[in-house]
Amino acid sequence: MATIKIPPVLRPSVGGEKLLNANGSNVGEVLRDLASAHPATQSQLFSAEGELNRYVNVYLNDEDVRVLGGLDTAVAPDDVLVILPAMAGGARQRVWRHGLGAHSAAR
Amino acid sequence: MSPSGPELLRTIKSQIEEVDPAEVAELIDEGVAVVDVREAEELASGHIPGAKHVPRSYLESRIEGAVPDRSTPVILYCASGNRSAYAARTLLQDMGYENVRSMKGGITLWKDRGYDVQVARALSPEQRERYSRHLLIPEIGAEGQQKLLDAKVLLLGAGGLGSPTALYLAAAGVGTLGIVDDDDVDLSNLQRQVIHSTQRIGTPKVDSAEESIHAINPDVKVVKYPVRIDASNILGIIEGYDVIVDGADNFPTRYLLNDASVRLRIPVVSASILGFDGQLSVFKPYEGPCYRCLFREPPPAELAPSCGANGVLGVLPGTMGLLQATEVIKLIVGVGEPAIGRLLLYDALGATLTEVKVHRDPDCPICSREPADISDEELGVFPDYEAFCAASG
Repeated sequence: MATIKIPPVLRPSVGGEKLLNANGSNVGEVLRDLASAHPATQSQLFSAEGELNRYVNVYLNDEDVRVLGGLDTAVAPDDVLVILPAMAGGARQRVWRHGLGAHSAAR
Repeated sequence: MSPSGPELLRTIKSQIEEVDPAEVAELIDEGVAVVDVREAEELASGHIPGAKHVPRSYLESRIEGAVPDRSTPVILYCASGNRSAYAARTLLQDMGYENVRSMKGGITLWKDRGYDVQVARALSPEQRERYSRHLLIPEIGAEGQQKLLDAKVLLLGAGGLGSPTALYLAAAGVGTLGIVDDDDVDLSNLQRQVIHSTQRIGTPKVDSAEESIHAINPDVKVVKYPVRIDASNILGIIEGYDVIVDGADNFPTRYLLNDASVRLRIPVVSASILGFDGQLSVFKPYEGPCYRCLFREPPPAELAPSCGANGVLGVLPGTMGLLQATEVIKLIVGVGEPAIGRLLLYDALGATLTEVKVHRDPDCPICSREPADISDEELGVFPDYEAFCAASG
């Protein structure tokens, strides 16, 4: 079983876990196995068409699966998958509307 | 009978190989390490360009910092070629360096022959004292310190990340620190924003930060921008800075900064924090990926927790901000391996640091194009921008 590192924003969807194991011979299968065990992650990881969402990066060990074979990239049982959505947090929290349009800020 | 000084020198010179300045001038760009073994105060009159400085009095303890590989060919020089002869014998006989020669006639003959000399602007006695621990590190030294003193660094935000970064960059002697922040100091900031103080609650953050910066180092020039950065003012603010430190708290600003910094070819040291987790990378336009290569588009509002009131461990921006400060110094001085093309993931609870690779995206909407082709209207734009902001606002 491959190991998946769960980012902070997805942890509420998996019961707070930081590391999970999932079955599959390629990246797509492993992530779909994760999504079937934790359905709340389905729409966070995949588009309606079943593609990986563009705002989610997935790394096989330290390599971006986009430069490997995408969801078809083969996964070995001792591999580690890192799921990584962007984080923008600085340290301030507030909401503002200005300039380009409406911005939300949390510094 | 013990030898006299001149006899000993003759003996030493017979045991080592000397090299003429003409040959050194030929070898200078050929992978040879040229090392100046004079004392620090002798360097004011100039040194061979690119030479490393290891005073003979610290030779044994510092040469490995300057020339780690003992098989690297080394040429030593001093004022006239005598001290470098002694130093060459030490490196060859006592320290196992394989190929060490001493330049005949020293810097005096080098100058007489009309070869190039680089004259470092002298640090004042006060600066030599203040930055003495930098001057002791071969990788920084007087030359690196001068680069820091000449550098202009812009901090986006004097908040959690910007606080430690600004304090340490000021202490390190970065000559100009620009600070962009339109906020006032609030009591809830003080759990992590260590540049501010209880007494300064309610004052503008740029003023509060300036006070702390000048308290630690009055020589730093502080340029205050008490504004919110947006597409209309960003180019005017960031132009002319050598490095930008991104501690922005929201995606629109991060994409805007990315696009503008690519257009002006300014490297950005970027970090973000959430809860117990931090991310850090260095985006150096056209040498490595940009922020858009890493994150092609921002997550939707429900997955962009920066948009709500989310907590953060107070020390975490300290950890990440100081990693940023370290990267800034490396970029300015030109040492080490900046985190270009790499994203560092710090998990404070697990005490782990993970690294993943970041590649340039050949289809990147910004950095796959020449700077001149990136228009004002494109800066900071991303898909579903209005929807993103409406949902999060």
